[in-house]
Amino acid sequence: MIFRTFVQAFFACFILSFSVPAFAQSGADPKPLIDGLAKADFAEAETLIGQIAATGDVRVVPALDAFAEGDLYFRKSDSAVFIGKTGDAGLDLTDPLTGVSAGTVPKSAVTKIKINNNLRRVISSATGGLTLLSPDRSVRLAAADAVLASPGAENLGLVEAALAKETDPEVKLRMTEARAVSVLSSDRSIDEKRDAIRTIKTIGGNNALSILSAVSGSIDPSLKGDLDAALAALQSEQKLWDMAQNVWYGLSLGSVLLLAAIGLAITFGVMGIINMAHGEMVMLGAYSTFMVQEVIRNHAPGLFDWSLTIALPVAFLVTGAVGLVIERAVIRFLYGRPLETLLATWGVSLILQQTIRSIFGPTNQEVGNPSWMSGSFPVGGMTITWNRMWIIVFSLVIFFALLVVMKKSAYGLNMRAVTQNRRMASSMGIRTPWVDALTFALGSGIAGIAGVALSQIDNVSPNLGQSYIIDSFMVVVFGGVGNLWGTLVGALSLGVLNKFLEPSVGAVLGKILVLVLIILFIQKRPRGLFALKGRAVEA
Amino acid sequence: MISGFILRALEGKIVVAIAVLIAIAILVPVLNLLTPPDSALHIPTYAMSLFGKYLCYALLALALDLVWGYCGILSLGHGAFFALGGYAMGMYLMRQIGPRGTYGNPVLPDFMVFLNYKELPWFWFGMDWFVVAMAMVLLVPGLLAFVFGWFAFRSRVNGVYLSIITQAMTYALMLAFFRNDMGFGGNNGLTDFKDILGFQVQADGTRAVLFALSALVLALCLLTASAIVRSKFGKVLVGVRDAESRVRFLGFRVENMKLFTFVVSAMFAGIAGALFVPQVGIINPGEFAPANSIEIVVWTAVGGRGTLIGPIIGAVLVNAGKSFFTGAFPEFWLFALGGLFIFVTLFLPRGIVGTIQHGFKARKALKAAADAEKGRGDAQTVAQAVQAAE
Repeated sequence: MIFRTFVQAFFACFILSFSVPAFAQSGADPKPLIDGLAKADFAEAETLIGQIAATGDVRVVPALDAFAEGDLYFRKSDSAVFIGKTGDAGLDLTDPLTGVSAGTVPKSAVTKIKINNNLRRVISSATGGLTLLSPDRSVRLAAADAVLASPGAENLGLVEAALAKETDPEVKLRMTEARAVSVLSSDRSIDEKRDAIRTIKTIGGNNALSILSAVSGSIDPSLKGDLDAALAALQSEQKLWDMAQNVWYGLSLGSVLLLAAIGLAITFGVMGIINMAHGEMVMLGAYSTFMVQEVIRNHAPGLFDWSLTIALPVAFLVTGAVGLVIERAVIRFLYGRPLETLLATWGVSLILQQTIRSIFGPTNQEVGNPSWMSGSFPVGGMTITWNRMWIIVFSLVIFFALLVVMKKSAYGLNMRAVTQNRRMASSMGIRTPWVDALTFALGSGIAGIAGVALSQIDNVSPNLGQSYIIDSFMVVVFGGVGNLWGTLVGALSLGVLNKFLEPSVGAVLGKILVLVLIILFIQKRPRGLFALKGRAVEA
Repeated sequence: MISGFILRALEGKIVVAIAVLIAIAILVPVLNLLTPPDSALHIPTYAMSLFGKYLCYALLALALDLVWGYCGILSLGHGAFFALGGYAMGMYLMRQIGPRGTYGNPVLPDFMVFLNYKELPWFWFGMDWFVVAMAMVLLVPGLLAFVFGWFAFRSRVNGVYLSIITQAMTYALMLAFFRNDMGFGGNNGLTDFKDILGFQVQADGTRAVLFALSALVLALCLLTASAIVRSKFGKVLVGVRDAESRVRFLGFRVENMKLFTFVVSAMFAGIAGALFVPQVGIINPGEFAPANSIEIVVWTAVGGRGTLIGPIIGAVLVNAGKSFFTGAFPEFWLFALGGLFIFVTLFLPRGIVGTIQHGFKARKALKAAADAEKGRGDAQTVAQAVQAAE
């Protein structure tokens, strides 16, 4: 509903020029004007609509809307105009202004008032202007925003009239801004325009910048100085925001990399297994999300907002179980032969991919965003989308949870003991095969959880994992094997680096440069950013 | 000295393999060209082309075996060297099209006209000369391998780290070659070839010659590889594979040895790519895909790493399997390939040829042991045989 009003208001600003005289606020009674529509042809109707809108009476909006929808009728007997809705026993008539019911009549008793597209446009512009005076606060706000988005001198009278009546501080502020924008393109005095420039500057961001640069060509020369100063200030501010936005995008990409790599940081970093099937674990996690959503869609649509929350443990268990099977069936025979693990797990990844392809088909599956994952909110001069926001939060939560498990739990202690000295750990009574299996399952499970998050921002297809596997290895190798903090720093810095290279060299070349930089970096520090020291290095 | 170098290379199996390759190089084209199409002995052109492709893959697997089997470097980037050699050949073939392209531009290939190039990029100059192009087939992969290896081996990046960064290398190259403004035809690659050295690429005769060349070049490379691994250098190389630090402490410059082998291997891969392109008729950035490079590893592993002949057999077998499966059961191929990866690493770590060789050696050892028990052999031969079997 708000959206529709917004669209109408938006239209209004383009078309207002048709109905400029209409907004002179006649204050006349709209009733006879509306009744006049009954016998009017299209040209007369256009004039009448202008006059109706000019009354400034917001009660006419439903009547005009009904007219635009083709729901306005006049009674054949007395030519009185009503809004008609098709009911069970003919047409339910209501008074166009008061909305009071006027009984039900057969269709033959009334005639529909004809409408065409030109009239629809005129109506939408008229109602759009009227919404500035609407009693509904959010409608007024949307209308003011619409004026801001497409400024023009013709709105000025209307905006000022609305401003005079406005009491709500936020709407008032928005309308002041809208007025300033309109003033700039009007023929008001220099001083007033100077004030307007100042007001627009306070809006900040790209909007103010584009408004000011749009008028910079036509502005009075004596205002040039003020305008340029305002533009310069806005531009430098914008640069900072752009920088912040880049950092944000970088962190967002970094968090995706972190999610993809963190499971690998365990299987590769801690256990030394080159798990080429890691990407497929991510993919299985994404497909688990898809399955959970399918079940919810079919059996409990009300739970849809909870689908991701439900999918998390499901994905963890599914991929963890698959990981456990892989470890017991294949990898345990290959400890100490890392290159052959690489080949075997590559084989596993091919099989998993083809399995998923055979079951679900090669096309992308639709995974929906719950309501709390969609939309965005502005922070100063940048926009932050909720899904990116949640993914950053989520990746950090996973990271720290994993860190706690590794450092504080008994299982984590066992795991680190086995990593550092398998035979000694075994002598101390740790069941090393079990620790191996569980660790691999944990790494796979985490990859599955990552898949739940990535299903929200990427295509869920059998190839999903392939696109992450190389990046994940880069992150782990860059950050330093065997160190979770290295993975965090590696992922975030690679993400930010990527996004800072992107604007100047393009996405693909940026990615190539990052890869080349990592290759060079590995030459300098073969063990990554946070290298393990001591005996573990040779293990 | 050179002759000694080559003579040492001619160990029994290698001689047989080279003889077989030469026989194939003569027989297959003869059967293709000189027998009537309805004869039972006739080999259709498509089959010959297909087999020619396998031979290129076999050379590629041989190249990988040289570094992986004898030097312990598991390169996941050999697809890149292969593709670079292919691109060098492709560039030559593109220039031979001349004004016969769709746009009829005598200098610029079609895709450049399409992308609004005004003149040839500098790296295309000279590529219309066969000699220059063939030099590039060797030099470009060789140089890349040299620079890459020089950095990597000097800083002692080895094992899985090396594998991962070679994979990153081929991945980066793939992304680069997919770009239109690289000047290599973007994702369409180079195709629509017409002539090679004035002969029609599509003609049966040319195809037969290309096939024969593939087999002969493979034989030559096999001979070279065998000469390398049977020289003193080769013996030390195996030492590098099995105990790198020990060899280094003995005073060998391990990084230089690795670098030499890596560069030679990259050149082999480049040659394979150059032979591959005219027979297949296209080269595109897909050849750089990391998955392709890993597939090369499985050919080598199936045949038997460190056997030189094994990878040739492995490449031909796996690719024949691939042709069969993708034709008959397309759904099944990735299962089969994936299963093959797992099966070979778990149950056949020596590969086909390696396992057979091992079997022979073990039998010899048993026989020697039996002889010794009968009092006819001396202890020394038994010890030697047992050692060899291990």
